[in-house]
Amino acid sequence: MIEKKRRDLQEINSSSMADIAFLLLVFFLVTTTISMDKGISLVLPSEGNEMEVNKINIVNILVNESGKVLLDDKPTRLKDIKNIAERRISQNSKVIFSLQTHPRTKYQVYIKVLDQLKSAKAQKISIANPPSF
Amino acid sequence: MKIVRKTHTSKEVSTASMPDIIFMLLVFFMVTTVMREFEGLDVLMPRAQMIEKLESKRHTAYIWATKDGLISVNDRIIAMNGLSSIMYERMVADPKITVSLKSDENATMKLISDIHTQLREANALKLSYAALTETP
Repeated sequence: MIEKKRRDLQEINSSSMADIAFLLLVFFLVTTTISMDKGISLVLPSEGNEMEVNKINIVNILVNESGKVLLDDKPTRLKDIKNIAERRISQNSKVIFSLQTHPRTKYQVYIKVLDQLKSAKAQKISIANPPSF
Repeated sequence: MKIVRKTHTSKEVSTASMPDIIFMLLVFFMVTTVMREFEGLDVLMPRAQMIEKLESKRHTAYIWATKDGLISVNDRIIAMNGLSSIMYERMVADPKITVSLKSDENATMKLISDIHTQLREANALKLSYAALTETP
């Protein structure tokens, strides 16, 4: 009688497992995009939630279409907004900055003003709708 | 008399756990990967200093706005008055959503305030103006 002896291994060769895993790893490394979403955050007021505020607590900031800033009726340079805002906050902690723009004001200037207010740690910023012409 | 020391320790580092380590890394990258959906419109974002990181990509809705007044959400260019209904649907699907407004620095404030109005109608109030880091 002939006895068959199977001497070959029953296991699957797993030496290439590491290679396969490496390949997948490289694929995911390449396709992963590290989150680059950064920006100035702001919470909009909900609709129909307009409230009356005492005029003493409001600082009006107006920005015209050429990017000139009027802070409480005084022409102000963009760079000075931070210092003025800081001073106003230290004088009156309840102060609200009302930012009003012209419809043709550039978004860039608006962001710059918002950035200045944020760096002065202003908490209450109100965005007034530009008047429609 | 000579003492012959015989050390039987093998000189090679065992590579048996290599696949496990690689698999662990693989699983990490698989979990963190969010496939890119949409490259967006051609916008030149403004620069600012006080920028904050957005919490999570999964809870972010992107609105693209160009200087020509085009707006795009969900890979499609849409009309301004259609924005609030789209954003409302996104809000219902995920109430934690933050809107990331990627707008061109030369866009007008009329466009931005129209977007504000539409977002307020949709009750999507958490907004982030996408900006790049300013190099001082």
